[in-house]
Amino acid sequence: MLTQALLLSGALFVIGTLGVMVRRNAIIIFLCIELQLNAVNLAFVALSRYTGIEGQLFVFFVMTVAAAEAAVGLAIIISIFRHHETVNVDKFNFLKW
Amino acid sequence: MVLDYTSSFHYVLALLPELVLSAWGMGVLLVGVSREQEGGGGQELGWLALAGLAIAAVANGWLYSGVTEEGATAMIAVDRFRLFANWVFIIGAALSIVISLPYVARQRLQAGEYYSLILFAAVGMMFMASARDLMVIFLGLELMSIGVYALAGFNRRDRRSAEAGLKYFLLGAFASAFLLFGIALIYGAAGSSNIHAIAVAVQDGTIATALMGPGVALLAIGFAFKVSAVPFHMWTPDVYEGAPTPVTAFMAASVKTAAFVAFLRVFLVGLDGLYAQWWSILWWIAAITMVAGNVVALVQSSVKRMLAYSSIAHGGYLLVALVAANDTAAAGLLFYLLVYTVMTVGVFGVVIAVGNQTEENSRIEDYAGFGWRQPVLGVLMTVFLLSLAGFPGTAGFIAKYHLLLGAAQSSLWVLSVILVLTTVVSYWYYLRVAWYMWMKEAPETAGAGGRITTPFATRVVLVVSVAVILLAGVFPGAALDLAAGSIDGLRDLVAGSGVAAGP
Repeated sequence: MLTQALLLSGALFVIGTLGVMVRRNAIIIFLCIELQLNAVNLAFVALSRYTGIEGQLFVFFVMTVAAAEAAVGLAIIISIFRHHETVNVDKFNFLKW
Repeated sequence: MVLDYTSSFHYVLALLPELVLSAWGMGVLLVGVSREQEGGGGQELGWLALAGLAIAAVANGWLYSGVTEEGATAMIAVDRFRLFANWVFIIGAALSIVISLPYVARQRLQAGEYYSLILFAAVGMMFMASARDLMVIFLGLELMSIGVYALAGFNRRDRRSAEAGLKYFLLGAFASAFLLFGIALIYGAAGSSNIHAIAVAVQDGTIATALMGPGVALLAIGFAFKVSAVPFHMWTPDVYEGAPTPVTAFMAASVKTAAFVAFLRVFLVGLDGLYAQWWSILWWIAAITMVAGNVVALVQSSVKRMLAYSSIAHGGYLLVALVAANDTAAAGLLFYLLVYTVMTVGVFGVVIAVGNQTEENSRIEDYAGFGWRQPVLGVLMTVFLLSLAGFPGTAGFIAKYHLLLGAAQSSLWVLSVILVLTTVVSYWYYLRVAWYMWMKEAPETAGAGGRITTPFATRVVLVVSVAVILLAGVFPGAALDLAAGSIDGLRDLVAGSGVAAGP
């Protein structure tokens, strides 16, 4: 079962990575990062079956961190929306990307 | 005093600097929201934050003066490596706050949030340095990063700042995900996230190799993002250019220091047994980072952007120490980080003064004739630039020399040659600024923006920084001994401690 769980986790992580690279909407990019983090959570839970309870504990840490990141990240997205009226990252060209 | 954790009070003592600073940061935040919003000002909050850093420094000094721990396998390390790094973070945060004082007042930023975010970010850095567990490193990294994301986008009225905040946030969170996946795979491979237990498992050969390889690679990518090593550096110039200048100083100096300290502990202690697998990857990253960082810095026209590439190049030099992976190089890395923090914040302090506490005058042409108009700041800037370039007689030279010693000990000849050659290249872009300052006539139009006011506190701090750089450049013995003493015993594994089998 571990192999399948890790493969699923890896697949989700890759989908998230591709999403970050391909999509241009800042909020979708952020959601793809969340997908990556949840892929890691799945790996932690699967591994903790073999290595002890710590893995499940880490999932809570990751969830908390993701929530804090969402709070700051959405605030930053709002602050840039006020300047540009868009969340398309290709439009943010005041600095060379 | 020996911390054996029989009493829960020992946990408090082991984390004293971090706890002091966290509580103080919340205090600064409360004072900030409860005071009258007369707009601007906020200098007293900056001094309050500095007082908190001073108390944390005292707590750190108390731990340094002979507190030891039982076992040396706990999640939080109480060793000199961590405490030395804490000094560097405290110095970096304190210098950044001092150069922020006039900037925050002039730009009318919310002082309470600003200074408390710097303190919280410093706490995160301290956790990264103290972590003997990959999960604590992740939590420290996020505590630091989330604070700095907000700081980078702090000036909401400035669209460049908002853009820098967004870019830093998206790419930083992306990098954290890689780091975290690496942590998960290593945890699965070694059966523990404790760095010491991982080292023991690697030594005993009881790791799942299929998970360990990708895990180490992902972890290295995550760290390479954070230390802005080429090819993971794309965010650095944009973010450094767009962020408020004192925040850029804090990012370039302290954030990079924290990432390197954690990088060192994970790779040189936890994954030391896998050196044969990871050294060639880091070798290439170090080489490309040194070359690309220095070459691209040559063609920059903005001083902040030039300094961003310069910080990438310094990251390359520091990676050489990681590839060398011996005690000389590790001590050299700590010394380099100390010197680098002082000179980087110093150079940005002058950039803020030239910009007159705004984001203006950041092109290299704006420095024309600056040295003659402001001789004191001009001389200080020149010394900072020479030290960044590694000119003999400055601390930057001694630091680079000790990195080379470490590299030589591991017979990294090609890498040493690249380090020396790229240093020679870097003289061009550092000295170009000095050349503009002293050899070029100021254009007539500069008259209006030519008046520069620098507060007394900033001047004092810049002069002290220069004095430290020159002193450490001529008499480096004390600081080097301190750095070497901090490495002592860091890489020894406690035999038969049995943490791998622990609960």
